[in-house]
Amino acid sequence: MSIEIRNVTRAFGDFVAVNNVSFKVASGELVALLSPSGAGKTTLLRIIAGLETVDRGEILFHGEDTTDIGVGERSVGFVFQHYALFRHMTVFENVAFGLRVRPRRLRPSRETIRDRVQALLKLVQVDWLANHYPQQLSGGQRQRIALARALAIEPKVLLLDEPFGALDAKVRKELRTWLRRLHDEMHITSIFVTHDQEEALEVADRVVVMNVGKIEQIGTPREVVEHPATPFVAQFLNLDDHGPAWLVEAKIKHRGYVLAIDKKLGHAA
Amino acid sequence: MMWDDVGTAQALPAPSISKSAARRGAREEPVLVRAGLIFIALGFLLLFLFVPLASVFAGALRKGWEAYFAAIVEPDAWSAIKLTLLAAGIAVPLNLVFGLAAAWAIAKFEFRGKSLLITLIDLPFSVSPVIAGLIYVLVFGLQGWFGPCLYVHDIRIIFAVPGIVLATIFVTFPFVARELIPLMQAQGTDEEEAAIVLGANGWQTFWRVTLPDIKWGLFYGVILCNARAMGEFGAVSVVSGHVRGLTNTMPLDIEILYNEYNFTAAFAVASLLAMLALVTLALKTLVEWLARNQIRRDLA
Amino acid sequence: MKHSLRQHSVLPGFGLTLGITLVYLSVIVLIPLSAAFIKTAALSWVQFWSVVTAPRVVASYKLSFGASLLAAAINTVFGLIVAWVLVRYSFPGKRLVDALVDLPFALPTAVAGIALTALYAPNGWIGQYLQEWWGLKVAYTPLGVLVALVFIGLPFIVRTVQPVLEDLEGELEEAAATLGASRWQIFTRVIFPTLLPALLTGFALAFARAVGEYGSVVFIAGNMPMISEITPLIIITKLEQYDYTGATAVAVVMLVASFVLLLLINFLQWFSRKRNPAK
Repeated sequence: MSIEIRNVTRAFGDFVAVNNVSFKVASGELVALLSPSGAGKTTLLRIIAGLETVDRGEILFHGEDTTDIGVGERSVGFVFQHYALFRHMTVFENVAFGLRVRPRRLRPSRETIRDRVQALLKLVQVDWLANHYPQQLSGGQRQRIALARALAIEPKVLLLDEPFGALDAKVRKELRTWLRRLHDEMHITSIFVTHDQEEALEVADRVVVMNVGKIEQIGTPREVVEHPATPFVAQFLNLDDHGPAWLVEAKIKHRGYVLAIDKKLGHAA
Repeated sequence: MMWDDVGTAQALPAPSISKSAARRGAREEPVLVRAGLIFIALGFLLLFLFVPLASVFAGALRKGWEAYFAAIVEPDAWSAIKLTLLAAGIAVPLNLVFGLAAAWAIAKFEFRGKSLLITLIDLPFSVSPVIAGLIYVLVFGLQGWFGPCLYVHDIRIIFAVPGIVLATIFVTFPFVARELIPLMQAQGTDEEEAAIVLGANGWQTFWRVTLPDIKWGLFYGVILCNARAMGEFGAVSVVSGHVRGLTNTMPLDIEILYNEYNFTAAFAVASLLAMLALVTLALKTLVEWLARNQIRRDLA
Repeated sequence: MKHSLRQHSVLPGFGLTLGITLVYLSVIVLIPLSAAFIKTAALSWVQFWSVVTAPRVVASYKLSFGASLLAAAINTVFGLIVAWVLVRYSFPGKRLVDALVDLPFALPTAVAGIALTALYAPNGWIGQYLQEWWGLKVAYTPLGVLVALVFIGLPFIVRTVQPVLEDLEGELEEAAATLGASRWQIFTRVIFPTLLPALLTGFALAFARAVGEYGSVVFIAGNMPMISEITPLIIITKLEQYDYTGATAVAVVMLVASFVLLLLINFLQWFSRKRNPAK
């Protein structure tokens, strides 16, 4: 399912969160929205999901305008930064929720639901926690369950809002790799939002760098690092004259290509 | 895998909800539902809350302002007012001191039996006011434990003012404590410990550190305690002698006037208490607003 | 004081404050309350039983407990709606309405009693229409008792549910919406279960308050034995007849019921804290 964001603008009073943003996401792509905190990327994600409205512009899913399509109808899987798991339900019931609330004629049988939930829990490696409550689990486990819950409804689009923001560094790194591998298996069109440059560069097929509601650059991680389009991009990714020290140290492996730049970068003045 | 081929192009299912529903977002109900719920809520409150309140004032003023003032300054009504104020004036400070002591012991220390103590403090809340009066009759009444002894010394508690004060203390017993205990528990002991380390003694710590922190909760508890103390009816009714001019509080006076079919006078006295209730609510709202502002300032 | 019973603390005043607390509690609350039980203990079991199960007394139990239960149930339904409307919607005068919800707490019971009676009497503002249109008599009947008990229990559910509603994470509803749930499904499956402990606590509090209520009920009740007489009134009647023993026996029954309710409420509050742990 391809996504097109076309001339989308959204303001909250005087604060313009999303300023005439346009870009396309190809079917099956994994795109990162990267920008410093508070720059409107979460708003844009919520607009795509249908959780916020636009002042101007359209969101198109596979060429169709979604403005009149409600949140529950867009077939979007949304993973919240703080998980938003239902505290009074077990892990199993959480993941099964989206299937159980379907209207009767569309609802799968109890056995189908059970099998699907168990397969998903196994996929995200928490099948042994099916009867636990979210409070009993770690942050990393909760995030994976939130993902499983979103996947249960077979979404056409997967949206993740700073999915690893609330986790500590080690868990974040593990989940990052894991998410990438999951995407390689499933090929769902996915957009995730982050302020962590390393995360965006390592995981995404393409990166959309934003600043105060506007797009600064769109490109593959390699393009963005080798040819930063604006001073902001260069500065935000730490690509200044003195060399991307952390990049060299991190040696981010991205699809077999190592983003370890050790020659001087030319970038726009 | 049980997955359909998700990557290839597929149309979305035809939308089955209205456009306005789609645009409404995830957290709102349809306008009609909202309006309906507001209507039901306000209708319920109107029927059971606002109209009864209004009827008190309407009843008091039915015969005009002169009759109203005449009813209030009437000597028996006036002594009822004085007795009510006296009972509240004794009960509230006593319960205030108790509330502070109990909250200090419970919130700043760990000891066994703490939750039992808290439950016991809550007891008067769950006891019917009539029973509250009854037990004091059992203790101090003529046939009660101290009855004969008091009779010999010509001390009258039941059917006299002291009994009324005691009953009032009982029913308003938990108000201040209940307000302060969770508040002080939430505030913890850090500040007090810091003060002790800096060399302050107990009283200084209490006055300069604890008291300013709890001032709004304290004020709030006192307001509620006072409102209940002045309005208590059932308990006082049992221990009072119902003698107009001597052992009548305002609520009892209202009852007598009403039973004599002197409705205007009854509502006139009632309106004073109703105004007290409204002032109580206004103060309560003010305290909440001030407390919120203080928190905001503290966090800034 | 016994230092072995508590952990060491650097703060002073434990002995003094605990001492004051215990003494005051005993003198004002515990000892007088025990008087009721001690006096009743002097009765034989048979005597006790015959007093508290006399037909007139039993009829009063049915009225007091039955009407309280019904009133608490009515307040649960409407209190939920009021709390929802106050937290989720805006309308002119909302703050005023919010403040006035506490009126039954602040208003003396006698004032409420005469106000409700005047209103619902056959010639009252509301009573006359009820009589005309539906032939319904409210004042001086058990129905009047119900009205009074609804009045005094009104704030309990609203005030226990409001904080829970306010703290409800919006993201939970949004998550459920993205998963395809309808608004009604979101309410029944996500919001309501979270509210249930608070609802139950409010219900129990309203019920406990209503059972012992005297002042606001006794004016509107009619007070006819076997029909519209509440249990607290029976206690007072016996007192006026100097039947202290009988009054105390009935009081003990009510006290036991109150204590059971108090335990239940504490349990519910503990239970709801477990279910919804603070972040």
